[in-house]
Amino acid sequence: MDFTVSVLLGTFILSIAALFVFIWSLSNGLFGDGLQAATEIFVPNELGRVEDPAATAAQIKGLQQATGTASEGDSAVSESDAKARDDADKSTSLVVGVCLTLAVVWLVLASVAGLISSIKMHEPDWWVQYGWITFGRIRPIHLNMVAYGWCSLAGIGVAIWLIPRLLKTELVGAKYALVGGALWTIGVFAGTVAIAMGYSDGLEWLEYPWQIDILLVIGGALVGVPLWLTLLNRKVKHLYVSVWYIGAGLLWFPILFLIANWPGLHFGVQQASMNWWFGHNVLGLWFTPIGLAASYYFIPKVIGKPIHSYNLSLLGFWSLAFFYSQVGGHHLIGGPVPSWLITISIVQSMMMVIPVFAVAVNQHMTVLGNFRALAYSPTLRFIVLGAMMYTAASVQGSLEALRSVNTITHFTHYTVAHAHLGLYGFFSMVMFGSIYFIMPRVMNWEWPYPKLISLHFWLVLVGFAIYFIWLSIGGWLQGLAMLDEKTPFMQSVALTLPYLKARSIGGGLMTLGHLVFAAHFFAMGWKFGPRRLGAALLGTSVWTRFKAKGVAA
Amino acid sequence: MSAGKSFWEMDEMRIITGAMVILGGATALLVVMPYMLLKEVPPPAALKPYSDIQLVGRQSYIANGCVYCHSQQPRDIAQAPDFKRGWGRASVAGDYAYDTPHLLGTMRTGPDLMNIGARQPSKDWQLGHLYQPRAYTPGSIMPSYPYLFEVRQGEAKANETVVNLPPSFAKPGQVVVARPEALALVEYLLAMDRTYPALAPLAPATDRKK
Repeated sequence: MDFTVSVLLGTFILSIAALFVFIWSLSNGLFGDGLQAATEIFVPNELGRVEDPAATAAQIKGLQQATGTASEGDSAVSESDAKARDDADKSTSLVVGVCLTLAVVWLVLASVAGLISSIKMHEPDWWVQYGWITFGRIRPIHLNMVAYGWCSLAGIGVAIWLIPRLLKTELVGAKYALVGGALWTIGVFAGTVAIAMGYSDGLEWLEYPWQIDILLVIGGALVGVPLWLTLLNRKVKHLYVSVWYIGAGLLWFPILFLIANWPGLHFGVQQASMNWWFGHNVLGLWFTPIGLAASYYFIPKVIGKPIHSYNLSLLGFWSLAFFYSQVGGHHLIGGPVPSWLITISIVQSMMMVIPVFAVAVNQHMTVLGNFRALAYSPTLRFIVLGAMMYTAASVQGSLEALRSVNTITHFTHYTVAHAHLGLYGFFSMVMFGSIYFIMPRVMNWEWPYPKLISLHFWLVLVGFAIYFIWLSIGGWLQGLAMLDEKTPFMQSVALTLPYLKARSIGGGLMTLGHLVFAAHFFAMGWKFGPRRLGAALLGTSVWTRFKAKGVAA
Repeated sequence: MSAGKSFWEMDEMRIITGAMVILGGATALLVVMPYMLLKEVPPPAALKPYSDIQLVGRQSYIANGCVYCHSQQPRDIAQAPDFKRGWGRASVAGDYAYDTPHLLGTMRTGPDLMNIGARQPSKDWQLGHLYQPRAYTPGSIMPSYPYLFEVRQGEAKANETVVNLPPSFAKPGQVVVARPEALALVEYLLAMDRTYPALAPLAPATDRKK
């Protein structure tokens, strides 16, 4: 049989078999009792009780009214449960505080680097005197600072904070994560300097020299250690879906990064294929799992209701792992790589609608009927928006993998806009929401200026809308122009200029939003503003408990 | 871990084994199989290995991030008019026999450079274009690279390469001298020539059978 045909047939049969095994295991209850597992993130009597430490007391009241039935008179969360949660949160506060602080610093630096790159695209003679700031270096510096600085460290911080909450016990082995996070940060810093000095490996997403990559592999493996140690101590019967995503993601990253950066192993076109195996897996098997883990925890937790369907969430998990890991080849459509490889990737890109709809339906059904809660909960506002962007980015990604669409969008700014929809619209938005929820628990201090949260939200939302919409249109027109043989190439450049300028405006607003966020973050770090501990704790019952003990000022 | 459960019934084991099996499968498909298949592809007879100076230039191409705006992979005539733009025939795996790291690229903010040496073989043009792209291509948004050159008043020394700019961009009394990095980069660009006929493709760029 023809090799291509047999590979395709094999993939197809394997996919179908995997699907049947999955359905069989679900029907045999191998995943346990769905409802029980879905409520594993709540303590007894907590269902129906909202939680958002980022909200003011007035917002909490509104949030409770918008979502729930629980009121003051209802049976309260027991003191031992509240104490256990408090201890769980305290066990992570140092390592999470460190990771998130570093993440915010990288976010600001990365935004500035991105803005400079964007301006350089329409002002090509601006700031050209030095090699380290040339477009071809500041652009990969932006990408790497976003991916490995901001997104990864924020993701690691959020994941570590979630572990004890999900396993209802204190974090074990925080020191491993601290060392891991430190190595990781040193790696990002060294990598940035290396790119600026011209020592790049030359592969997108893999620019850092291999000597520096060692730090990220070891650091990435170390930050996973506390999860496995804490799992040995877990006090929950079922592993909530977020644990699945975090566990798999923490395993996947070091392996991906190790194989991708192994010096001297990859060559020529094979390296190109490997490049996009990595490039898409770092999104699909590292950022996406952590982003989804966070949204699967915070959406139900904020509104006090379990996710719509636990089994659906596990279907989403396994199908994401299976299909997402094979889509990388769609970055090489039309390239000099074997056609079976590209065909498999296109097929699996289309199959991605399964995990995407599993997540979309599940999270939408959970929020359904509680949309008013978005007005009151800062956390929910960011995360629900992020979850919607996840659906949008994924569906767009599947469509872009189609040969007919890809022929237009490949090699254009359209792809850049799409990448930002995923890593910014989805992942970063979810991280913003998570950080707003987490930091009051880490610092035991409220966000000092709640209005700044709204300002941050609207700046980045408007900025990103401008960025995404205009760059997508510009990229699409650029693609059409390049495909028309009668249009001179230079016209495909000229026509993008207004869109590139619009992108700089959008990017500028986003950067401004990040500065507001960072300023607010550090204002909290230095304990500015009034101390209003009420909402920051478990809810009114704990508030009462603290008041009774005279702890609260 | 929950006691009294068989190995397979523990969620932890399911996560670890499932995650590893799936990643292993994807890696086999997208990394190992291309490795096995492409390892055997011979370099085309007409393709010369890069010289030392061309390799230095290639490193400069990497260091300055040319790949973020220029692809090196013309597409098939059935998919896009790349050939008609003078970018060359669709590339095949063998064309990249000496290309590690690969520089296929994902952007065409500027044109494809797979055959730039054949398309624009003038060293003067390449040097001047690096110094100031807009002196040669009005409306270009390529950055200028003054740091690859030395601008000075007066005369160039005997062994130096002077950049001959178009009259409207040349300043009287001033010489622009190419630094070694610029010269190496141009050597690399001029070597970019895959105009020889493609071998019977082991891995066709587009699937024409359908």
